[in-house]
Amino acid sequence: MTIIINYNLGNPKSIQNMLAYLGIESRISANHEDIASADRLILPGVGHFQRGMEQLEQLGLIDVLMKEVLENKKPILGICLGMQLLTKHSEEGNLAGLGFIDAQTKKFELKDVTLKVPHMGWNTVEFKKDSPMNTGVSTNPRYYFVHSYFVDCANQDDILCATQYGKEFVSGFQYQNIFGLQFHPEKSHKFGMELLVNFCKI
Amino acid sequence: MALQPRIIPVLLLHKGGLYKTKQFKNPTYVGDPINAVRIFNEKEVDELLILDIDCSKENKEPNYTLIEEIVSEAFMPVGYGGGISSLAIAQKVFQLGVEKVIINTAFQNNQQLLADIAAIYGAQAVVASIDYKKGFIGGTKAYFTNGAKKSGHAPHEIAQIAEKAGAGEIILNAIDREGTYQGFDINLLQQIVEAVQIPVVVSGGASTNADFDAAKQAGASGMAAGSMFVYQRPHNAVLISYPTNYFYL
Repeated sequence: MTIIINYNLGNPKSIQNMLAYLGIESRISANHEDIASADRLILPGVGHFQRGMEQLEQLGLIDVLMKEVLENKKPILGICLGMQLLTKHSEEGNLAGLGFIDAQTKKFELKDVTLKVPHMGWNTVEFKKDSPMNTGVSTNPRYYFVHSYFVDCANQDDILCATQYGKEFVSGFQYQNIFGLQFHPEKSHKFGMELLVNFCKI
Repeated sequence: MALQPRIIPVLLLHKGGLYKTKQFKNPTYVGDPINAVRIFNEKEVDELLILDIDCSKENKEPNYTLIEEIVSEAFMPVGYGGGISSLAIAQKVFQLGVEKVIINTAFQNNQQLLADIAAIYGAQAVVASIDYKKGFIGGTKAYFTNGAKKSGHAPHEIAQIAEKAGAGEIILNAIDREGTYQGFDINLLQQIVEAVQIPVVVSGGASTNADFDAAKQAGASGMAAGSMFVYQRPHNAVLISYPTNYFYL
């Protein structure tokens, strides 16, 4: 069972809709037992980093996530804010994150003033390595992005893919069982479906 | 490099069906909205806008069941407008799987609503829709409640107020051009793009792909169209089409 973690932020329903369309069973839940017995976890999210961490804390999810992801090596996919929450720190609210990957979340400060922030719309990615996540994906995929902050990985080896917006930034990472995507696969047609199908095979 | 603009089909809901208007009038039945969304989904549209044209007029809440059914198979970003008159209603709509809410009528008397929604869901989730008409005297003015109520403000003034109030995006609707295939109002688009920092989507009058090029040139972040995507000319027979990957080929 794939558990989509419900921490009152973002759009777990959209992810479940796509998984259901793909014939993949999932449950939206904040229940600790569900998380403990899950095959894999998806951490969705749209919104403010600080609010995200507060909600995870209030729901008592931080310890159970640490146990399942770091000790039991359960695959986890953070999407958008969910990806950023997996990092060590964010400039949004100047706050510590879950720290499951050696990375920082930083604000876009672009020299080109014609580029708007948030980075919102469809953009392309360049895959930097082969991982179970991007096996057999379409050539020239495009994905839907909406974000004002981006992830900066300390280790180049963790970068799954990168995107150009004023500069190159990390649009996906993978470190062991820990995956993050800055864009929304659940809102990216077949391109997103390919990634979610791959993740749900891990 | 700047992002490619989004090409956005606009679907109008009326009495639970999919309708198309001309200059905001004479709703004509087009078909079943769920079926239309399914086709747009197959065509991999960049984004979809769904506007319920009854809610504000009849002062009723959105048709949650229909929205839920529509978004359950919409694998692209979806914006919904119509009857978003409180934070609680907006929250209900977001929970169904909608990414953006579109505010027009509530903007007149409750600008705080934009800020309240933005505080929780982010500014990118709040779209201010500005409908406008050119007048014989007194110039171009913004309208509310489906074009029924004239405001004292020019569109660029409303756009700036909306940006200040917390909107993350503007949709500009030329009432006079809607459903007429005259092309977008490029002059006004340019004026609004210069007046605000947030993305601007232009709507009303789209006829050919050349209109999308012109709007891109003028700085639009998106172009919305209804008739062009649901009708086949010359007789406006219902036929759904969409220029998939237009800016990516």
